[in-house]
Amino acid sequence: MTRRMPLYVVAVAAICFLMGVAPGWVQQPPSVTAFGRLPVLSEGRFKPLDSLARSTLLVIQGHQDVTTPDKRDLTSDEWLLDVFFAPDKADTYPIFYIDNPDLLSLVGKNEVNLTIERLSFNEIAPHIQDIVAQEKLAEPVEAQNRSRFQSSVVQLYGNLTHYLRLRRAILPEGSKDFLGELLRLQENLVDGVAAVRAKEDGKPHDEAKAAAMLEEGQKFVTMSESTDLLAIPPDEGDDPNAWHNTGHALLETFSKGEVNPAVLAYAGMGYAWQGGDTERFQHIVGLYQASLEKHFPKQVEKARIETIFNAAQPFYAGMWMYLGAFLFSALSWIKWPEASRRTAFGLVALGWTIATLGIATRMWLEGRPPVTNLYSSAIFIGWGSVALCLILEAVYKNAIGTAAAGMIGFATLIIAQHLALAGDTLEMMRAVLDSNFWLGTHVVVVTIGYASTFLAGVLAVIYILRGIFTKTLDKATADALARMVYGIVCFATLFSFVGTTLGGIWADQSWGRFWGWDPKENGALIIVVWNALILHARWAGLVKQRGLMCLAVFGNIVTSWSWFGTNMLGIGLHSYGFTDAAFWWLSSFVLSQIALIALANLPLDKWRSFRA
Amino acid sequence: MNETLKQAKSILVSLKMTVVLLALSIVLIFWATLDQVNLGVWAVQHKFFHSFIVTARVGTLQVPVFPGGYVIGGLLLANLVAGHLYRFKLGWRKAGIWITHLGLILLLVGELISGLLQKDFQMRIDEGETKNYAESSRQNEFAIINATDPATDEVTAIPESLLSKGTVVQNPSLPFRVVPKAYYPNASIQMRSQVPNAPPSLATSGMGTMLAVTPMEVTYKEDERNVPAAFVELVGPDGSMGTWVVSPLLGNPQTFDFAGKTWKLAMRPKRMYEPYSLKLIKFSHDLYPGTDIPKNFSSRIQINPADGSPSREVLIYMNNPLRYAGLTYYQQSFDNNDHTTILEVVRNPSWLAPYIACGAITLGLVVQFLIHLWGFARRRAA
Repeated sequence: MTRRMPLYVVAVAAICFLMGVAPGWVQQPPSVTAFGRLPVLSEGRFKPLDSLARSTLLVIQGHQDVTTPDKRDLTSDEWLLDVFFAPDKADTYPIFYIDNPDLLSLVGKNEVNLTIERLSFNEIAPHIQDIVAQEKLAEPVEAQNRSRFQSSVVQLYGNLTHYLRLRRAILPEGSKDFLGELLRLQENLVDGVAAVRAKEDGKPHDEAKAAAMLEEGQKFVTMSESTDLLAIPPDEGDDPNAWHNTGHALLETFSKGEVNPAVLAYAGMGYAWQGGDTERFQHIVGLYQASLEKHFPKQVEKARIETIFNAAQPFYAGMWMYLGAFLFSALSWIKWPEASRRTAFGLVALGWTIATLGIATRMWLEGRPPVTNLYSSAIFIGWGSVALCLILEAVYKNAIGTAAAGMIGFATLIIAQHLALAGDTLEMMRAVLDSNFWLGTHVVVVTIGYASTFLAGVLAVIYILRGIFTKTLDKATADALARMVYGIVCFATLFSFVGTTLGGIWADQSWGRFWGWDPKENGALIIVVWNALILHARWAGLVKQRGLMCLAVFGNIVTSWSWFGTNMLGIGLHSYGFTDAAFWWLSSFVLSQIALIALANLPLDKWRSFRA
Repeated sequence: MNETLKQAKSILVSLKMTVVLLALSIVLIFWATLDQVNLGVWAVQHKFFHSFIVTARVGTLQVPVFPGGYVIGGLLLANLVAGHLYRFKLGWRKAGIWITHLGLILLLVGELISGLLQKDFQMRIDEGETKNYAESSRQNEFAIINATDPATDEVTAIPESLLSKGTVVQNPSLPFRVVPKAYYPNASIQMRSQVPNAPPSLATSGMGTMLAVTPMEVTYKEDERNVPAAFVELVGPDGSMGTWVVSPLLGNPQTFDFAGKTWKLAMRPKRMYEPYSLKLIKFSHDLYPGTDIPKNFSSRIQINPADGSPSREVLIYMNNPLRYAGLTYYQQSFDNNDHTTILEVVRNPSWLAPYIACGAITLGLVVQFLIHLWGFARRRAA
């Protein structure tokens, strides 16, 4: 029975993953999916509306789905459609997450109804003046010095701005029949423009027509100032990157003599969406998509792939496979050793393959090496560690490699999930980082250095936990683990050193000094020195097996400090990822590692594996 | 050999010593990283790394609390060299370790030299402007300019440090003595009319009589600068000529006539003159479409060489500095609505050392790693 177990388990996992990619399994109508694929220019890059919807919802409320007050579940694409075209409805959706009691009382919650919950825009709207006033007070305070209330107010203000800028991205504020307004504009355009010209020249004119036209123009100016979403493509022959917002495109109506067809298309989609006319909606999306494809085939193709990538959620799928792999590895030490171990190996290999595909897709979309921000560093650390684990497991075949892979893979992807809450994970690089060569060498190598230092630490954790709490750590396994940790520490020394010095060379190239004692640089240096210390301590005979494990566990603390702790100082050239919650997690992690080191120092007769 | 000496030697060459020193260096680096929040990166380097002993203030006393960068680095170097000499054994098995440690020695020595010799300056050039000097971003000088000849200025520069110590300066090029009366490392300057209850000014000549100087806390923040101010009395053969206030905040130099010559006084960022000059042709600042995220900064610069040979154009941009005449010019910042470029100018004679050192260490580690891997594979195959 157990012989076939690996095959069945891995097959089920693979099918579960493929279901996410297959178009038939998405729980929204095909027309909505097609809408999600439309490319726009936002935050400096081309992305599908689907990515815009997902990352906005992640930033505002921490997850991608929306539940309406009447308990319907909306996908992020459907939510975005309502924000664009049915703002009255969207304003009732509870998406603003507020957990600070002071902030809750600011938006009208008191002792009677004080609960942490998501609020809709309509519930917050009456208190906007107060929020703006408080934000003005809190904003000048440096991020790391803000109180919890101040951080929450700044965050809520940012989220509201984000929401309003989306809500005004296509439709003007308060517009009931945008398509009708545009068609009437087109009809009256010639007379209206003539009337305005005549008025300017002081000639006789139709005052009503001129006034109406000027009013339209004023409306478009307001529109163009109230959003940063560039949804309207440039005309043929213009700079292909010079996309416009709707207001800006509409202002050109007066000089061009016609309403921009892309704006009309969006207005048409809005009309159909408001009326619930799915067929017409699908038709207009299809027509617009086809016209885009003619002039912007690359952007359309990228948007299509990115939408599939979004739906597949490869890193989310990989996370569960790694968790499964860890459980099967643990099982293999208790029951069905061979079948469980092979199942674990299969799951790790599958998860790693999916992660590899995911990383490759991201690289293709960005045209960048794998690590460009904190989010991708988490994914890549996991990827590198798991790759090393696969090699270890192929050599040692004792389920330790798969167990370590499961732990690190799962943990790094969980971390990545949380880092994704900060916004678009495919964001553009700032000028100083804009160098594919250095991103591809320094960042990749130093990240592998982090990954291997963590791996040594996790192997040591397995040694300690198995030795103390189970009887499964026999002499052969213990020796094998010690050899693995030693080998990985050697590997980590090499990669962290080379990665760190490549960083120094990059710094010399762009800032004029090889070493500047910046917090992140110091963090990387501490990892190198710590690994060197482990090796020298072992060569000097200062530590034996258990001592080596303790030092390797401390390596986890050193690495996590360099990875996250240095960013929390809020200073230096590398401080690009300050998060409040991360501080709490980092502290707990450090404490847990210290506890493990303390455990490892229990006398040997307390270790279940070593008790005679 | 003496017993204690023997003991000292065996400690010096021991690996135990290496481990202790590595541990101490980790503590030092970690502590220095944390202290950057209070002191800023510049002050931290002097306190922790370019020092023998780290001191901490206990009450009013500075108490030594930890070995500084020079001590730890020096001992590591000694330990490394002594260890290799003592355990000298030639053989392939340790080849990687040898190369690694040689590289490490070069790295430590190179960093020591660059810490001692590296100088950095800034050069601000407006579009169309030509400049032949760079300015220090931290140090200032008190310049006394003999401007009698309209064609050339004769400059006598007194470093800020002499002003701060109150040292009286008498220089053959000056017909008067310079007597510093007061010096503030950071100060704000306002019109006296705006500060109703300001104490009486020390200044008796120049703009100082109208100004109120308020000393301020020295700042270590990355985005703030200390602007010093000083009161300086000039004493001629016939007694005091007056007391002036000088500060980089004042902008234009203050002028007066003495002994038939025209003199100008200015406190300004310390300058480094070069025999050649640079002209900014154009500064460009590209953004990603529809955002404020910078995509690239670049400066098109014309170099006018010292020997009068034809000028040439270069483009300085992110990750692509100009190396010229022993100096390196980096694109650092910009100002004035993208019409002024700010270049970082660095003189670091040992800039090549880390490149060679890191190459050697990397090679050594790879060799050693491969030797281990080879042994491991052979043992498993056996």
